[in-house]
Amino acid sequence: MMTLPLIFFLLLGAVCLAAAVGVVLSREPVHSALFLLTNFATLAIFYVTLEAQFLAAAQVIVYAGGIVILILFVIMLIGGATNDVAASQRTWSRYAGILLGVILLGSLGYSVLLRVQPISPEAVMAVEGGVPQVIGLTLFTAYILPFELVAILLLVALLGALVLGRQPEETGEAAPYVEQGDTLPNPAFPHSEPTRPDRSVEPVREKELQSS
Amino acid sequence: MIPTSYYLILGAFIFTIGGVGVLVRRNALIIFMCVEMMLNAVNLSLIALALQFGSLTGQIVVFFVMAVAAAEVAVGLAIVMAYVRHRDTLDVDEINLLHG
Repeated sequence: MMTLPLIFFLLLGAVCLAAAVGVVLSREPVHSALFLLTNFATLAIFYVTLEAQFLAAAQVIVYAGGIVILILFVIMLIGGATNDVAASQRTWSRYAGILLGVILLGSLGYSVLLRVQPISPEAVMAVEGGVPQVIGLTLFTAYILPFELVAILLLVALLGALVLGRQPEETGEAAPYVEQGDTLPNPAFPHSEPTRPDRSVEPVREKELQSS
Repeated sequence: MIPTSYYLILGAFIFTIGGVGVLVRRNALIIFMCVEMMLNAVNLSLIALALQFGSLTGQIVVFFVMAVAAAEVAVGLAIVMAYVRHRDTLDVDEINLLHG
């Protein structure tokens, strides 16, 4: 018998799965990013139905608002279309694929065969809708140490991204793979030009150094 | 109420689709997105099981997973940008500077 929540679940799950397939099959990375956005949005709706309201909001803010936008920025900066959808020559792909199949079958078997109990009203009461208040209370009492560690991790990631994203120095050691003979355009990036250190900045910097 | 197993099955399918994407695609950015999708599939399972067992621990773990995913994306995309600046390619099969 098809109740209304079940129909809702099936429709939204179909959208979610279709978006996931779209991420994998799109040729353009921009299309993949938009499919990914759809996938994240449907998952946020699932979180609301699973009594996790704070995490649904965090999902929209962090994933849709932060991560997908970051990926879109990078795609805009570096283009990024590669003309391949086919499988590559990696030898371990087969074993990893078999492992994935086992994981999928195991999960399906576990879900179907274990006969999970229906969700009890007590459990729903205990989760309290996952509102920010109850999540915050748990986070700042029982999980205060991991919370602080995550803060440090985010700071380190910020610094790491800054260091990695910086323009390379002109000493030659920092950019060993940019050579003079390397100016042929890559066929995968027909419109891109090889990046060169900006020579016009250098005299100013030397003058400043000498005057100081 | 939708049984928890439905959510677990959906999560398993999304995880597998993401894993297949990591295996068959060669574009580093799309591999990134597929990894994010796999993380989200696990998040969905964790939240479904948190409701099943009436415990908030699953939701807290999802919160930490989100933070780690944000850090991972920031550093990973910076690495991709730096590599494209050096070598002008996004093909992971050609990323072999360490000769692995």
